[in-house]
Amino acid sequence: MSRTLTFREALREGLDEELARDPNVVIMGEEVAQYNGAYKVTEGLWKKWGDKRVVDTPISEAGFIGMGIGASMLGVRPVMELMFWSFHSVAFDQLVNNAACVRYMSGGLINCPIVMRGPANGGTNVGATHSHIPEGLFAAFPGLKVCAPATPADAKGLIKAAIRDNDPVYFMENTLLYGTTGEVPDPAEGDFVIPLGVADLKREGKDVSIISHGRSVIHALQAAETLKEQHGIEADVLDLRSIRPLDVEAILKTVKKTNRVVLVDESKGFGGVSAMVSHLIQDEAFDYLDSPIKRVTTLDAPAIYSPHIENEQLPNPRRIVEKVLSLR
Amino acid sequence: MSSVTADSPRLDFSGSPVNKALTAEDKIELFRKMVRIRRFEQEALKFYTAGKMGGFLHLYIGQESVAVGTLSLCGENDHNITAYRCHAHALTVGMNMNELMAELYGKATGCSKGKGGSMHFFAPDKNYWGGHGIVGGQTPLGLGLGYGLKYLGKEGCALCYMGDGAVNQGAFHESLNIAALFEIPVVYIIENNGYSMGTSQKRSSSYRGCLAQRAEGYDMEWDVVDGSDLYEVRAKAHIAMERARKQHKPSILEITTYRYYGHSVADANHKKYRTPEEIENYKANHDPIHLWRRRLIAEGVLTEESAAAIDAEAKKEAAASSKFADESPAPTVESIMDDVYWETDNKTEASKLGRHFFTD
Ligand SMILES: Cc1ncc(C[n+]2csc(CCOP(=O)(O)OP(=O)(O)O)c2C)c(N)n1
Repeated sequence: MSRTLTFREALREGLDEELARDPNVVIMGEEVAQYNGAYKVTEGLWKKWGDKRVVDTPISEAGFIGMGIGASMLGVRPVMELMFWSFHSVAFDQLVNNAACVRYMSGGLINCPIVMRGPANGGTNVGATHSHIPEGLFAAFPGLKVCAPATPADAKGLIKAAIRDNDPVYFMENTLLYGTTGEVPDPAEGDFVIPLGVADLKREGKDVSIISHGRSVIHALQAAETLKEQHGIEADVLDLRSIRPLDVEAILKTVKKTNRVVLVDESKGFGGVSAMVSHLIQDEAFDYLDSPIKRVTTLDAPAIYSPHIENEQLPNPRRIVEKVLSLR
Repeated sequence: MSSVTADSPRLDFSGSPVNKALTAEDKIELFRKMVRIRRFEQEALKFYTAGKMGGFLHLYIGQESVAVGTLSLCGENDHNITAYRCHAHALTVGMNMNELMAELYGKATGCSKGKGGSMHFFAPDKNYWGGHGIVGGQTPLGLGLGYGLKYLGKEGCALCYMGDGAVNQGAFHESLNIAALFEIPVVYIIENNGYSMGTSQKRSSSYRGCLAQRAEGYDMEWDVVDGSDLYEVRAKAHIAMERARKQHKPSILEITTYRYYGHSVADANHKKYRTPEEIENYKANHDPIHLWRRRLIAEGVLTEESAAAIDAEAKKEAAASSKFADESPAPTVESIMDDVYWETDNKTEASKLGRHFFTD
């Protein structure tokens, strides 16, 4: 039995179950407690768990994120909400010098079981400072794990795995997904955890592989329907789900099946997740390619505010369809 | 060093030099500026609610005296910068309603060509270095404006505005240290409306009584100002600005104020973290526009009729701006790639050398 939940509810259910399972799990961030979360992901958790487990912090990202990292070294399992991932910049030193490196630098003596979560996306017309899409950036720091779920079930299963993980996990959500719905297994049927590093084939096809993560998966699925209906093209849609660890086996499997690839990534054209995946494919499956690898990324400028054209800056179903049709 | 707090007995600042120097027209102009802010934002609220804009809309309504009072003291060498609650500062420095409203609408005719939105208004030609979206992120920039003035040998000062939430950011503390150490002509203005989003100052700042007093840790002057009294705002800001201009010494002013609406228009929670009584009390007893109007009427400078005429004019101007914005063209998709690099916009030889853009 499964139920239909929103992405937001599924995440919250995962957080709630982990708060119940492990007394060391603590939720912290700006407005997560009394305000019920800027995006209502943590709604009701403060009421249920109280001040000790669900903690409002001042606006001081370097301070409170650093505090969470320090506490995690002692065995607390903090789940830190960044109101927007765009505010990572304020805490960048803590995120990349402390969380990412402490285990390595201590020769494995110190664990850092912290989760940083919150929305990371464009598409909400909030301008350049609030629209950074940093999963590729953080995946470039060894020591960090990075997830970007696309569906409610994945959000729940992955957040639970992230909280149990003994390394720092950076969990990129998408504001525009919070209200979307999907089937999520009933907790009565047992603990539902999705391991990090396992991609999910969201749609089966034979003609082309569309590889993506986060909200772009939804666009890829829409594009796949259009391709089928209007052009008779059947697409495999692979959802990476976690960026690091990366499921290279699943990537190679779909490429070897379809021999054509379009990568869809909300990062910018320079760098980003798709640049890395593209490299892996040419390195390990070049002989299987019948066509150059193509990408659909966010146009290489800071995020534009204007609601009239922001969606044209981002990957969208039309741009994906066009890119697939451009393959030789 | 001041020990005045918000609860101290009220003093009358109308006789201070900067206030005595005001002509009747100047006083009316201050009134007009505050009214224009309010009417502009109410118009923006109406059309935000109607779905004409994207993103966030952080309204300044209730705080008008802070921007208008302090910016009224600026001369041509003084510069200013603020956070995302930036419409009032933009209007006060002389940006026009059309370009601001069009920016909110995301139109090509907006002050940032639709690229900035509500949080990112700029007018460098008016010494206005903008609205900034990262809490506290503008505080080192404000420091830099002051540094620049001193470096260039100009006798001016920089005003750097922030909310009460921003004082907890590291960047702010680092800025204070450098400001005092290097003797930078900057005035930090904390617009203390009591809340950072849903978190009250009491729940976010360890030294609850006073935020400006943090200046003492940096050997810096500070003062607390009642923001509902325009005379007090001007009198105290003038002292701080002169200290900056003449002695190159920074200060912090904590100006107590209040916002009538939620943190942003999207803040559905704002009736939960503040009581209706608290909001009503402020509106009834501390509204800076009402108080100023009453004061000017008592002084014989303004009449109810002329005040109403100014209001009507501001409403008309605001209505015209939303019409202008609505009828303006949206930016083109091609324009997304403009304004990223000076070189590519200006098509120099250098811009041909390497690839600047990496599209899919
Ligand atoms: C670094 C950073 N963290 C969080 C936010 C989200 N945020 C925007 S405004 C705000 C509240 C700031 O309150 P305050 O400084 O008191 O200013 P006010 O809104 O009252 O004018 C928060 C939490 C942000 N924009 N930047």
